[in-house]
Amino acid sequence: MAKITFDGIEVEVPDGTTILNAARQIGGSIVPPAMCYYTPLKGSGGKCRACLVRVAAGSAKDPRPMPKLVASCVTPVQDGMVVENTTNPQVLDVRKGIVEMLLINHPLDCPVCDQAGECDLQNFAFEHGVSTTRYQEERRTFEKIDIGPLIQLHMTRCILCYRCVYTADQIAKGDRIHGVLGRGDAAEIGTYIENIIDNDFSGNVIDVCPVGALTDKTFRFKSRVWFTKPVNAHRDCPKCSGNVVLWYKGNDVLRTTARKDQYGEVKEWICNECRFEKKETSDWTIEGPAHIDRSSVISANHYELPVLNQSVVADLPESTQRDLQKNPPLKLGS
Amino acid sequence: MGRKLLTEHINVEGIDTLEVYRKHGGYRSVEKAIKTMTPDEVVEEVKKSGLRGRGGAGFPTGMKWSFLAKPDGVPRYLVCNADESEPGTFKDRQLMSKLPHLLIEGMITSSYALGANTSYIYIRGELLYVLRILEKAIAEAYAAGFLGKNILGSGYDLDLHVHPGGGAYICGEETALLESLEGKRGNPRNKPPFPAVQGLYARPTVVNNVESIAAVPVIVNEGGDEYAKIGVGRSTGTKLISACGHLNKPGIYEIELGLPVEEFIYSDEYCGGIWKGRDLKAVVAGGSSVPILPKELILKTAAGENRLMTYESLSDGGFVTGTMLGSGGFIAMDETTCIVRNTWNFSRFYHHESCGQCSPCREGTGWMEKVLHRLEHGHGHMEDIDLLVSVAKQIEGNTICPLGEAAAWPVAAAVRHFRHEFEWHVTHAKEAAQPGAVYRAGAVLA
Repeated sequence: MAKITFDGIEVEVPDGTTILNAARQIGGSIVPPAMCYYTPLKGSGGKCRACLVRVAAGSAKDPRPMPKLVASCVTPVQDGMVVENTTNPQVLDVRKGIVEMLLINHPLDCPVCDQAGECDLQNFAFEHGVSTTRYQEERRTFEKIDIGPLIQLHMTRCILCYRCVYTADQIAKGDRIHGVLGRGDAAEIGTYIENIIDNDFSGNVIDVCPVGALTDKTFRFKSRVWFTKPVNAHRDCPKCSGNVVLWYKGNDVLRTTARKDQYGEVKEWICNECRFEKKETSDWTIEGPAHIDRSSVISANHYELPVLNQSVVADLPESTQRDLQKNPPLKLGS
Repeated sequence: MGRKLLTEHINVEGIDTLEVYRKHGGYRSVEKAIKTMTPDEVVEEVKKSGLRGRGGAGFPTGMKWSFLAKPDGVPRYLVCNADESEPGTFKDRQLMSKLPHLLIEGMITSSYALGANTSYIYIRGELLYVLRILEKAIAEAYAAGFLGKNILGSGYDLDLHVHPGGGAYICGEETALLESLEGKRGNPRNKPPFPAVQGLYARPTVVNNVESIAAVPVIVNEGGDEYAKIGVGRSTGTKLISACGHLNKPGIYEIELGLPVEEFIYSDEYCGGIWKGRDLKAVVAGGSSVPILPKELILKTAAGENRLMTYESLSDGGFVTGTMLGSGGFIAMDETTCIVRNTWNFSRFYHHESCGQCSPCREGTGWMEKVLHRLEHGHGHMEDIDLLVSVAKQIEGNTICPLGEAAAWPVAAAVRHFRHEFEWHVTHAKEAAQPGAVYRAGAVLA
């Protein structure tokens, strides 16, 4: 076991845990953002640099600070390590810079992007970025490629997190036909020879994509996500666990996704049949409303919890109070 | 004239054949090391010699070797980084094409010291003709019993392979090189784990520059202490400097570390001064990624001392008034050189060569190039100059590998030392955009 101090909070974690996962054990607003790291995918992380933190003391044995900021998602903890994230202005400054870098070639087409409302890049930019840009050059574009009838690829929105590559390697085993082609800012996700990404688990690349680069073609332009209501459901599926979230608008199932945890990571991978074909309520056993973080825009239409101002409304139900404590309301403009 | 340890016989007819190379004392270090020394003794000699990595970072080679993890029953590897592609650096190519056996001898001795039974030379893809020279030399070494099973009857086995890269600059970064050698896309790895623990095929690996490995035979033959006598302070031995740019005699020079920069540029023994009788304007002392310095700071340090060709003296003053010895790619620029255009050119290179894996470098190198392009072509604004510094700062230190720094340093240094030229490009946009236009001292900026 290793004991580390993260933003002044002590936590004990097993040896070999990464700094990011140690921070997640503490939870709350001190957890560094992660745009490319994905716990279920081996080898992911280290690329987006959103999770950079400062190590003020390397370990109990060698308490020297690390010379550069380190990517918390791939750096293992050492006993006695002291890490600074939100308490270090340099880290926050660098993070602002990372947002800027990720956005300079991003099309900012959120108004027509199906990912809007559940986009990691939107959240990241809202929380850590600045509202203006210093970039005045033409944004990078790519030739469109068609990767089949189920998945839509928008390369311009991609931040090259490599998650979909690892997913294809590890989840849809040995059946990867897409990858990163080219180099530098011309690098793109592609299939080299036009090909259809199609195997039983290929749809999972949609769920792992942090931005709107890979979206569900069967859901394309059907609704903004915040007008749909997520419901946990399951079915007896021979290929996967069958545990999904159905996204309803009225009585129609518009979309099916895997269930995700609070960090947006898929809990159980689902197969393409569950995702793309079973769009009737009668296909599923409904469990109840899915939990949506109350700071999410999807909660904005009073779906799960009323948007309440803690200081004005007295006698909140206990469960709501607990929830508020766990996820304090976002302060706008902070 | 300083001593020449590596290149003494470089111009001997037929030195690329084993026979002639042997006549001039070749492969003595292999015999000495394998027959009379233990591997640890060889490592100890290299440590004593104070040899520092010649690829750019200047990390002590002996110390790097002693970091190599040596678990039982697990193979370890020595990889020679011959992916020399830094603009301004062309020393390894010459060394390998003229003296292939020197590198092979160094590889055998070093592999023996590290206990590696398979070693690789990862050579830049463009140097296909050098690859053929090396392969021919390796075949000769196999035939003479210096490679293969049971070398010189000692029971030590070594196989040596040459592997060409695809011509990507990034594959000169050691972990990207290992990825590429494994047959994957040449993306640098996250560290830790370091190659000394998990390198090639997840085995302990040492990656050394060609020149570092070529220095090992000399160290073994003459002894580490003897080698350490050459040079100044912690910069020991000799270094190949590939001098290019506006010099009377550009070329590759083997110098004893500690040579004054002024002597190197102006003495007839070396570069012979600036061509066409012009004045020196700036020098990039160690390959395109190190900070550029103006004439007054490259000849003398900020404290007024003579600047020497050593790791310490060149980096005296940090990045505010100093630079780095780097890989020894010495680029001299005369007074007709436009620094903005030159910086743009460097920047274009790093933009083209970024692997695109991590966001600051992928997006930032392109951004800097575009801003510099704008400035050079007369569309810049005063804010752009500070923007460049700011973007460079956002890249530096925040990337997976040192390519981010390599891209950021030249830009930041050019603005630091030649800000007036950037300003002139804004105030005299039309004039500056003309081909060959260059800021002249005393030009009015307003």
